[in-house]
Formats: sequence, structure tokens, C-alpha cells
Amino acid sequence: MYVEDRASARSEFLAKRPISQDNLVAEDPALGLVAFSSPFDPEPSLRIAEGRVVELDGKAEADFDMVDEFIARHGIDARVAEEAMATPTPQFARMIVDPGVPRGEVARLAAGMTPAKIAAALTLLTSVEILQAIQKMRVRRTPSIQAHVTNRIDHPLLMAADAASAVALGFRELETTVPVLRHAPSNALALLIGSQVGHAGALTQCSVEERTELELGMRGLTTYAETVSVYGTEQVFIDGDDTPWSKAFLASCYASRGLKMRFTSGSGAEVLMGESEGKSMLYLEARCVALARAAGAQGVQNGGIDGVNVTASVPDGMREVIAENLCVMLHDLESCTGNDTLMSASDIRRTAHTLPLLLAGTDFLFSGFGSIPAYDNAFGPSNMNAEDLDDYLVVQRDWGFEGGLRWRDDAELLEVRRRAAEACRAVFEELGLARFADGDVDGCVRAHGSLDVPPLAPALPELASERIMDGGTTALDVVGALSARGFEVEAERVLEMIRQRLLGDLLQTSAILDEELHVLSALSDPNDYSGPGTGYRISPKRRSEIAQVRQVRSRVDLMAEQEQGAGSIQLHDKGPAVAGTRPDEVVVAVSPAFGRELWVALNGMTVAEVLREVVAGIEDEGLRWRIVRVHRSIDLGSIGWAAARLSGSGVSVALQAKGTALIHRADLPPLANLELFSIAPHITPELYRDLGRNAARYAQGLAPEPLLLPESSEPLGSRYHAQVVQLVAAERRLAEDADPVELVAEWPS
Amino acid sequence: MAELSYPLARDGREQVRAASGRVVSEITLEAAVAGQLAPGDVTISPDTLRLQADFAERGGNRQLGENLRRAAELVAFGDDELLRFYEMLRPGRSTAEELDALAATLADRGAERCAALVREARSVYVRRGLIT
Repeated sequence: MYVEDRASARSEFLAKRPISQDNLVAEDPALGLVAFSSPFDPEPSLRIAEGRVVELDGKAEADFDMVDEFIARHGIDARVAEEAMATPTPQFARMIVDPGVPRGEVARLAAGMTPAKIAAALTLLTSVEILQAIQKMRVRRTPSIQAHVTNRIDHPLLMAADAASAVALGFRELETTVPVLRHAPSNALALLIGSQVGHAGALTQCSVEERTELELGMRGLTTYAETVSVYGTEQVFIDGDDTPWSKAFLASCYASRGLKMRFTSGSGAEVLMGESEGKSMLYLEARCVALARAAGAQGVQNGGIDGVNVTASVPDGMREVIAENLCVMLHDLESCTGNDTLMSASDIRRTAHTLPLLLAGTDFLFSGFGSIPAYDNAFGPSNMNAEDLDDYLVVQRDWGFEGGLRWRDDAELLEVRRRAAEACRAVFEELGLARFADGDVDGCVRAHGSLDVPPLAPALPELASERIMDGGTTALDVVGALSARGFEVEAERVLEMIRQRLLGDLLQTSAILDEELHVLSALSDPNDYSGPGTGYRISPKRRSEIAQVRQVRSRVDLMAEQEQGAGSIQLHDKGPAVAGTRPDEVVVAVSPAFGRELWVALNGMTVAEVLREVVAGIEDEGLRWRIVRVHRSIDLGSIGWAAARLSGSGVSVALQAKGTALIHRADLPPLANLELFSIAPHITPELYRDLGRNAARYAQGLAPEPLLLPESSEPLGSRYHAQVVQLVAAERRLAEDADPVELVAEWPS
Repeated sequence: MAELSYPLARDGREQVRAASGRVVSEITLEAAVAGQLAPGDVTISPDTLRLQADFAERGGNRQLGENLRRAAELVAFGDDELLRFYEMLRPGRSTAEELDALAATLADRGAERCAALVREARSVYVRRGLIT
């Protein structure tokens, strides 16, 4: 037997596809490289003596590590623990999914369960069951979405403009960070200003080291915090320079200033830091989430955060990611469902990661959609970025889910971007932080990203930040500066964010402000999904907003294109077409609307050009041509067959206005043909001419080589079908029950 | 404020007070621009935090309620103090004695829940060898 010594061409091709850049690994429980059910995961267990947890998931009290201890002391609701732990795991798993079991009942039991018990139940669920459960178990009825707003040079005016764009598009939380830590105050300030332009009430945060983040929040320069990281093993917690107690204290510090805050976790982190204790990713994450609940955090960002590439590298990784999101919801906490780290070089794979959550709906579908270009994302590229915005909007339109975003035209975006950049400039100048030129504003307003803006003065963000910190700048100073420079609306909105802190409504689970400043939270907008027809539904108004995207082309747009070619040929009616007798003629037949209402073929040629090339090809062969119009049919085959029966040679060419063409012969069945150009967008002028030539050769009894269209894998249907529908409708409108007529063509020079 | 309901923003603006005692509806742009607002006017009050804790507990989240009650105790502490206390609780920052002292400081100033949290941390840190 002969053995090939080289890979197949197919293998070589596939190995070069983007997917082959992704790193996938075999399961290895010892390293924690296992999504569900490591052999080292404990069996669920809970023992309570005199109201005190003395055994948790197989570990006795004396052996509790810090994570166990914190969960044992604060995270288990002893009143329901016995009932909860006695509920058979498969039964609880079914309760999680069943729309008939209220979410409150599931959350009540989950509050008395250990991490291993909850992980065991989640392990039983398929991806679709997890999604069905998410639809029911997410806390807030109305899904929302968060943006990353950053740029690689920490340009304050660009940050403000991008914040305003993000809010205009529908983002309700904006997160920034810094390439350079000491720029944080300047970024936080610019983001705050931009976030209140156009619409009120978007929340902002600046993700930096815990202490700095807290200080910015205390000054009112941010309005929530998210980067309060927790981990599932003791060692990694300590490596992260915190303990469950320091984190719980930090949570209370934020709340003491009226600031919304959520914890951050996410599988893969412990593996990356080399200390997973051999536990499965889901079990460790179940510990993180239990800890977040125990500490009194209102919410958790997890699933598809920095560790997602590790999770994605093992079998069932992406199912684990949505399972850990659901875990947050079981604990009745706000769920910010990641999607904020680019997890694949493959567009198909990264989309597959995100789409299921979009369909199910979560409190925050992304904890950082990159609202700026990927290169400007200081967190690293998000799973979706500004480049993908239109794709996202069209997918939202396709599936009719609440993706939180809406298309905005340039006029509106440019207006809010200019106002944001001007307001930011005014505040920076008024507070003596930095000065900008008109060109800086202009550049930032139009920019796609930081590569498009004039260079920033050296050390500007650093100096501005020093002045903010040294001068003790607070949100009240921002209010004053905005007002002094005539930005009264924005001043009032920033002040309202201060008032919101005094009211504390945003401290409740899943709280956001809508654009009318209504608080939507677990208490005011609880998810009441209980099956079809319940829960969040897209309103008719929202549906029409979702339907409007850049790519939608109206009938008017499409027909305006036709007008471009109007009058390019005149086809004069000369009465009924008669059957020819000359064997050296080819009849060219056109469709009902050809050169009457329709003027431009799908390849962009006018119908005049198309017709001229065909007849020129016939002439090249020394034959004669006649033009007729077939009224009775819009079908290309029928048109060609009718014409062939009028042709002295028995051969015809048929043309539809959209450019499809064929050669027919009278002795063939009506729907057969000699040659067919069905893919109109790909036909070139040369091919039309060759088609004319071949028709003439058939007429002479020759057997020419059939013509081939250029090869292509373009998605022609999606590009042209809306247009085709309009063109066919016009042909249909002009079709009538009348015999073919002879035409005289006049090509104006 | 017992009769107030969630969200407070809806009909509580005339009753809810900042830490200084000023009602929220008086936190106006005019007052801000005239420089009439002191830090206490833009600080949430312990009473409001306890009220929000009640709402959270009624909503079924005891731990969130507890967090907000700890927060109510911390309103009186300055930003710098809180940043320092948080720092002391991080790994390897404090001795057992220093954490005892922190708990005492908190308890002295009415932050009993926070003091309990610190005492609990101290005993776990010692048991797990984080501090000696």
C-alpha cells in the first residue's frame, strides 16, 4: 500500500484558519484544567451544630481555610440549610430550570446550600437548560449592557466623547481603566463628564488598584465599582493581596459612601495563578460566588473575564462559563456576564461564546463591550468591540432579543461627542487641570480611535491627575465647573448622581438608572419570568428601534439607485413581434421592466450597456439581431423560449433587468436553456459580449465552449436579495397578458 | 422614615437626609454653585443605609442587609481612616495586637458590627498562619 508522505491540502488549509491559533488542552484535573467535576472536588456536605456550621463540603471546622470559614460564618442561611441540603440534587436542578418554579423559591433554597451542592446541580444542566434557567433566574427583568471606554493615550477629550457615544448607543454602565495607573483620576473625571451628556444616569467606574478605586469613588468621580476581585482558593486570595474579610470590609466602605459595588471573579483565575488545588473550575467559582453573597456584595462579574481563555481551552469550557453566570443568579445577585475578554482568534468561536447569553438575557450582557476600537481597549480587546457594533445590532435585530443597544446616526453621535469634548475641556480648564486647543476637540469629535487625534501634550493626563488628587477635586467641583461654563444640563445630571448616593437606591441588587432616572433593581424591576408570555418582552416601540440599523435600505433607497441609469437607452415599441425567417438572426428578448422602470443591473451596469454588449457579441460573429419585449412572463426561461420561437435561427438571448441572462433554443423545453448566467452581480461586460457571441455560434449550428462565471464564495444572497425583491416586484408590476412586441433600441450618445 | 418605600428617589426626596441632616431636595444646583454644600451634605446618612438594609432583608438578602448595616457604622469615619483600616486587613499588614486595637477603635466609635468582623478576621488569620 502506498502511504502519503504529506498532509492533505485540506489539512494544510484548515491549519491556517484563525481557529488553529487557539490553544486547546487536554483535561488535567491536577492542574485544575477541568470545567466540571474534578475527581478532587468534594462531595456536598453540611453539618450545623447549635446554629454554627461545623462541616462544609467534607471539611471539618478545624480544617476550614479562609474561604470555607467566611462562607460558613456568613454565607449559609441556617434556617433553610437542612431542607436545602436534603433536596435531591437532580430535583433541585429541575427546579432551577422549570419555569413553573418561582425564582424566589430557587433562591431561597440556594441560600442554604454549600458551593459543592450548587456546583453539583449546575453540572447536571445542558447548555440550553442553563439558558432557560438564566431567563428565569436573572435578577432584573430588564437586561442591560456595560461598555469599556478607554484609549491608549488616556486622552481626556476622546474619553469624554467616547463616553457620550456609548450612552447614546444605550450602554448604562461605563468602565474605564488606565494603561498607566497614575492617570486614573483624569480618566475617571473625563468619563464622568462624558457619561452625562446626551442622556442622564449612566453609571461610571474606573477599574484600578483597590485603594485608588475606592478613593476615586469616595470623591464622587466614579459612581460604582466592580474590580473587587475574589478567588476560590486561599492561596490565590492571598496572592491577590486580600482576604475575604478585607474584601467584605471594602464592600462596606463603598456602601458607606452610597456607592454601588460588585465583586469580580471568574473561572480560570486560580488555574492561571497555579493554585487550583486540583478542583474543577465550576466548584471554585461556586465558592467565589458564595463568598460574594456572604460578604454582602449585591452582584458579581464572572464568566468570561480574564481567565476565560483558560476555561475555553478545556472540554465543556463554554458551558461552564454560562453555568457560573447562572450560579450568581441562584444566589440572587446581580450577574454581569463577562464577554469582556476576546476569547478566540476565530470570529465564529467568539460569537458562539456570546450569542447564547444574548438570547437568554442577563443583568449585564457584557461587563465590558469594547465601545472603542480593539486597539484602544486598555483591558485588552473585548470579545466584541467598536468594530463589531453593527454586527451586534444586526444580530439583535435578527433574533429580537434585548441587547440593550440601538443604532444612532452620525448627526446625533457627532453632536453629543462635540458637547462631551467641549464640556470636558471646560471642566479641565475651569479646574486648572489642563488646556486644550480647538483642534483637540475637533479631532476627538470625529475620531474612530486614538490613532485619529492630534498628539496630546506630554504628560497631560499625569499632570491633570496630580492636580485632581492634590487639589482634592470632588464631584461637587465638577458640578461647579460645568455650571460656570454654561453646561447647566450636565451640571444638574452630575449633581443628580450625587443625590442618588444620598438616597442609596443603587445599593440594592442589580440596580441601574434608566434614562428617565428610574431605578431598575431587584426590588423595583424584579424578573417575573414564569414561562411564555411573561417576564421581559420587547415593546413595540423598542422593536422598531431595534429594527433600525445602518444596513436597512428602503424601497425608496433601492429605487433611487435605478434612477441613476434612467434614460440610458430608449426602447421604442414597434408593434407585435413576428416570427423571423432568416437563419442568421438571433432574437434578444428583454423582460417587462427592462429599460422602462428598471435601469441598473445588479453588477452596476446600466441595462443599456448590458444590451449593447450582447448585440455587439452577435455582430462579432457576423449575425443579425432583433430586440423584442416579452410581456407575459418575468421568468427568464419563459422569456428566452418565447423569443427563441420568434427567432429565424431558433436561438435567442433573454435578459432580465437585474442582469441575469440565458441563451435558449426553440427545440428545447421552455425551462431548459443552452447557457445561463444566474449570478448577475458577477457578470462582466466581456461576459455579456461573449454570451452574444456564443448565441450567434449556436445559431450557426456550432458547439461553442460554455462560458464560466468567475468563482466566488461571496454571500450574494445577503448582499443582493433585498434589492432583488424590489426589482422582481417592478418586473411583476409591468408584466401583462400581451404578446411580445418588436423594439427599436436607441442608445443616446 | 419608617413609612418610606423603595425606591427612595420616587417619593423620599423631601424626607431622606444627607449625613449632615440636609434633605435631599435641598441639594440643588444653586446651592452647589454658591458653594453652600459641605462634605456632609453629599454623604449618605446611617439612617438611609439602615433603611436600605431593611429593604434588602425584606427582599430576602440578609447578607446585603448586613453589609449595609456595617456601612452605616462607617459613615462617621473619614476617607483616609477607612482606607487605612482596609489596608490593615490585607494579608501581612498587621499583627494580632494591631487588629485587636482596630477592633477596639471601631467598637469605641459605635461600629460594633465592623469590630466583630475584624475580630473574626484576626482569629482566622492567626489560625491560618497569616499573622503570628
